[in-house]
Amino acid sequence: MKIKFLIQKEFLQIRRNTFLPRLIVIFPLMMMCVMPWVMNMEVKNILVDVVDNDHSTLSQRLVHRVESSNYFIFSGQKASYQDALQEVETSKADVVMVIPPNYGKDLETGHTPQVLIAANAVNGTKGSIGSAYLSQIVNTEQAYSSPGNNLQPSMFNLQFLYNKHQNYKVYMIPALFAIVLMMMCGFLPTLNIVGEKEAGTIEQINVTPVSKWMFILAKLIPYWIIALFVIVVCLIISWALYGITCQGPVGLVFLLAMLLALFWSSFGLIISNYSETMQQAIFVMWFFVVSMMLLSGLFTPTRSMPDWAYATTYINPMHYFVDGIRTVFVRGGDFRSIAHQVFALTCFATVMGSWAVYSYKKNS
Amino acid sequence: MKTFVSFIVKEAKHILRDNRTMLILFGMPIVLMLLFGFAITTDVKNVRTVVVTSSMDYQTNKAIDRLAASEYFSIVATVSTPRDAELLIRNQKADLAVVFAQDFASKSAGIQFIVDGSDPNMAQQWTTYAQQTIVNPQLSIVNLKMLYNPQMRSAYNFVPAIMGMLLMLVCAMMTSISIVREKERGTMEVLLVSPIKPLMIIIAKVIPYLVLAFVILTTILLMGRFVLDVPLQGSIVWIYLLSTIYILLALSLGLLISNIADSQLMALLLSAMVLLVPIVMLSGMMFPIESMPKILQWISAIVPPRYYIEAMRKLMIMGVGIGEVAREVAILSGMTLFLLAVSLAKFKTRLE
Repeated sequence: MKIKFLIQKEFLQIRRNTFLPRLIVIFPLMMMCVMPWVMNMEVKNILVDVVDNDHSTLSQRLVHRVESSNYFIFSGQKASYQDALQEVETSKADVVMVIPPNYGKDLETGHTPQVLIAANAVNGTKGSIGSAYLSQIVNTEQAYSSPGNNLQPSMFNLQFLYNKHQNYKVYMIPALFAIVLMMMCGFLPTLNIVGEKEAGTIEQINVTPVSKWMFILAKLIPYWIIALFVIVVCLIISWALYGITCQGPVGLVFLLAMLLALFWSSFGLIISNYSETMQQAIFVMWFFVVSMMLLSGLFTPTRSMPDWAYATTYINPMHYFVDGIRTVFVRGGDFRSIAHQVFALTCFATVMGSWAVYSYKKNS
Repeated sequence: MKTFVSFIVKEAKHILRDNRTMLILFGMPIVLMLLFGFAITTDVKNVRTVVVTSSMDYQTNKAIDRLAASEYFSIVATVSTPRDAELLIRNQKADLAVVFAQDFASKSAGIQFIVDGSDPNMAQQWTTYAQQTIVNPQLSIVNLKMLYNPQMRSAYNFVPAIMGMLLMLVCAMMTSISIVREKERGTMEVLLVSPIKPLMIIIAKVIPYLVLAFVILTTILLMGRFVLDVPLQGSIVWIYLLSTIYILLALSLGLLISNIADSQLMALLLSAMVLLVPIVMLSGMMFPIESMPKILQWISAIVPPRYYIEAMRKLMIMGVGIGEVAREVAILSGMTLFLLAVSLAKFKTRLE
């Protein structure tokens, strides 16, 4: 029954702190209420400049098509490519479309005129998506205008699975679960044991008959409960505020979250065990958090990474979690879909848990 | 003057003798540059593709060959019904399914893409690439040109952003912590009773960080140029001048924080919460500002790194003249003057 008192002690320590209880409640709320609006990589409001060197009916029609597309903001017609480039340099335009002379005549006679689309590609995503849309418009227009052309854009049919309205929040909310869990269950335990070391209270534990694994378990359980609370709050907010619900079984979300929480809290305790001061512990944790988060596929697809970076995803628990939670939450997968991820996370959590017990030394 | 120099030397020794801080100061830029430069990309690559077809005729084969030959796609399976393909996508074994209609060969029409749409941007790009790969590119009348970044490397976008983030972090966070540490340990008292003027103490404290900021700036620029192959199109002089304004701004922010905070932990939390989060989230570093709701856009208007990052992207990558970034320079200078005035006005020469 010793463990009951140890857990009680942990909760008292958290409650007596003026800052921690507020942080635990407010941080997930803030993250879930504000971040989905910020983490929106949707590309919109692309400014287009058009240079029409042809001035025929067909070229006018193309210009009108661009003007009326609600994807672009038509910023005006320019006299020359140079003028348009000037606009790009001052950020008044993102994409420039140049219609060559004889565009209309070439189309009617079955030649292929070359419409130039130049996009500001400093931001690669914006550049490529903007130019892709614009080329689609040009291709469609050409298919209508030129006789005997067998290249019909209508032969392609597109179906977006799972996220039909291409809503970025659907993609980012599971990622936010991961971030919130990581912050709460990663940083708080990191400060825990090292905090006791700095305050000197660890000495008192070291002279009690409490065994190592019981001490560590008593440290871990409060963070599990915090993780449980956090994930419930996150699920409720995403349903109430954004109308986004879990497509697969909710139980699996909890399973994944608990495994991740176990991993991060054990990992935090390990760092805490090896550190001397809070500052040191925080910086070490910060390093791991940033690299694991960036390499997990939270923001960018892991498959685009170079091979060496992709190889690190095999030992990155965040990657398994992000994959798993998106499969369950967005794609509606069942247990069989994420068995692989659950297995990997269980392994990581077990190894880290044992390591946390092992690395705690009672004699300094 | 001699006392002043010895103060600077004292401060420099503080920094140099703290191994851990040095490791963070120089390790952080290098790790961030490597991660952002190489690992964080949104290039279309290795898209796991499933082919759905019931009849393997010549036309279908040709289209599949084109997909398989391109570096963007790798064919992982061939199944006979769209339902099987969807299951593969759901289980994360594939990202994209290309469904050929039964009479694909006869009419040369009827391809359906079923794509995992959970990431909208990537889904959009995958299908565009797939469409372009299948259609014979010679027939297209579009001539695409990617300005400034022909290979579409993400590093071009991120290097200026990392500069904006790190300079702010080093100058504001480190300065404020070092001043507050002296307060916390009680050594500030000793400094204030020395013959040198209080303002001079602060200036002497700031100068080593100023130097450090330039060293880091140079490191980032050199790494960007020679390791990540990011071009330096604009003039170096302007890049350094603008960075100087920005560094001064960050230093005055650090001074302001050190006036408010009275413990290291509070200085750390203040700079992390008040500086780091808005920089990463609202400066346009990762997430485009124009896609945010209006209220967040207004808040982002007072985030200084936003202007610095924007100006640096133009100067470094696009290589425009200083005239094109006049607006950003003016805003940054205004902010610097304001913050400098406030932090000097609030500077306390006495300890309570």
